[in-house]
Amino acid sequence: MTHWLPLLGVLVVVIGFALRFNPVPVVIVAGLVSGLAAGKGIGEILALLGNSFVSQRALLLFVLTLPAIGVLERAGLREHARYWIASLRGLTLSRLLIAYLGLRQILSMLGLTNVAGQAQTVRPLLAPMAEAAAEKRGAPLDPDERNDVRAFSAATDNVGLFFGEDVFIALGAVLLIQGFYSQHGIELQPLQIALWALPTAIAAFLIHGVRTVLFARRIHSAAVPAETAAEHMRADTKTDAKC
Amino acid sequence: MLTIEHAYWLLAAFLFGAAWLNLRERRGSHAAFWAVLGLLFACGQPVLAATQAHNLVPAQAAGIGVLVLAVLAPRMKRGHLVERSADEREADARRLRHRLLLPAVLIPLVTLLVALSGDRLAIGGRHLFDATQMTLTGLALACVIALVAALLVTRAQPSAGLAEGRRLLDTLGWAALLPLMLAALGGVFAATGVGDAIADLVKMAIPVQSAVACVIAYGLGMVLFTAIMGNAFAAFPVLTAGIGLPLLIQLHGANPAILGALGMLTGYCGTLFTPMAANFNIVPVALLELPNQYDVIRAQWKTGAALLVVNLALMYWLAFRR
Repeated sequence: MTHWLPLLGVLVVVIGFALRFNPVPVVIVAGLVSGLAAGKGIGEILALLGNSFVSQRALLLFVLTLPAIGVLERAGLREHARYWIASLRGLTLSRLLIAYLGLRQILSMLGLTNVAGQAQTVRPLLAPMAEAAAEKRGAPLDPDERNDVRAFSAATDNVGLFFGEDVFIALGAVLLIQGFYSQHGIELQPLQIALWALPTAIAAFLIHGVRTVLFARRIHSAAVPAETAAEHMRADTKTDAKC
Repeated sequence: MLTIEHAYWLLAAFLFGAAWLNLRERRGSHAAFWAVLGLLFACGQPVLAATQAHNLVPAQAAGIGVLVLAVLAPRMKRGHLVERSADEREADARRLRHRLLLPAVLIPLVTLLVALSGDRLAIGGRHLFDATQMTLTGLALACVIALVAALLVTRAQPSAGLAEGRRLLDTLGWAALLPLMLAALGGVFAATGVGDAIADLVKMAIPVQSAVACVIAYGLGMVLFTAIMGNAFAAFPVLTAGIGLPLLIQLHGANPAILGALGMLTGYCGTLFTPMAANFNIVPVALLELPNQYDVIRAQWKTGAALLVVNLALMYWLAFRR
């Protein structure tokens, strides 16, 4: 019976996220509950928390990009990205996002996972570019559509990263798989494992590519008539001044 | 030699700077939050070293720091910070044009350069970069170079680097921290046997004689466990030891290389569904200033669901071929 008790921590997480409490304390309470349920003392749990936290510091390194990105944004980087895309005639929303998806997958396959990312490329470049490309339909985006385009850009980065990462070049995931099997007496070459990730990588490109085309078509055909568009434009400059 | 530890010190310095700016504006909770986090980053290496030497006190102090962060997080309001006016930014954008892109592209470019050739760079026989975590060290270096380039191109005051960086950091707020918190929770879950309990649950629920049922249980188990832990790497050893190895490989004769690769990728589908994978799914919500915490998941879950079906089918067709 005691074997099942630590699962209470999982329950805390699920309930906390479902009720939309602030996730940070939810996560910590889940850790405490799970630790206590497993019969560990407070001192032991604190050490476990502290240790796991500091050994994962690499996860926050993306924050180092913020000063450079911030200075460039102050001088109009997002605005420039928008004008530039708007001036390129043939670059539609779907072409932009699919090109980014393919590039991100190929870079990840070569082990260059940190080259792009939500902070490095999506916020300063891809999202404003996607907005500008979407507005080539001849009408500005309303706030909901703008959010949809931004969220889809972020999603495209994630899909490109995940389904490029463990193809071909031996990276974290492949080495983890190889190490696991080797512990259990099965010896494999990294390449043997990595190549079998290729069919999924191709499927990911096709599936997300088709979804991108459908999404772009929805945004394109949702263009509002010129009169309401002008109103949106006014509302838009207002939101722009804020953000 | 540049190591990842230098990158952490740099990050700690930035966090202290952000804390100081917040303190000047009497935003106490923000100031305390970034200061405690900076401390945890600066002292990370000694904490780990002490644990290696079986001295748990520094790790416990770090644990208390983590608790303090959890208390402070809900007190941080995600307000919009003052930015230069849109008119000024547009005027600059029209004047500087493509020159603005150069520093932004330097971040990936320098990272790439270090990743590809960092192990060959040496001065006087001493390597310039530590081989472990070289790409991330390169990323940190790239950020510094890009900041200098950005200041030169825009002719902004050097203090703008801290001020603008802090503006974006406060926009992120506690969301910046969530990936780390969840990783820490993963550590606790692993140490308290949550993984084994879940693998046992899955085994109780399936008819083990059917290869299809085992494939589905393994795949869905990877998705579920990844969704809970926010990370397929944590799910893989548990589920493969619990289901993949005994049932699929030993009982039904699946090819281990194919099963491993596709099992991991099935877990990645789960990463697309879960707020626990905060650095991919929640951090961008804050970065892009989206209104709903689940907007990014909403945009990508259909891709994940379709890929899940593809992966399960591939696993069944490819892994049992003779």
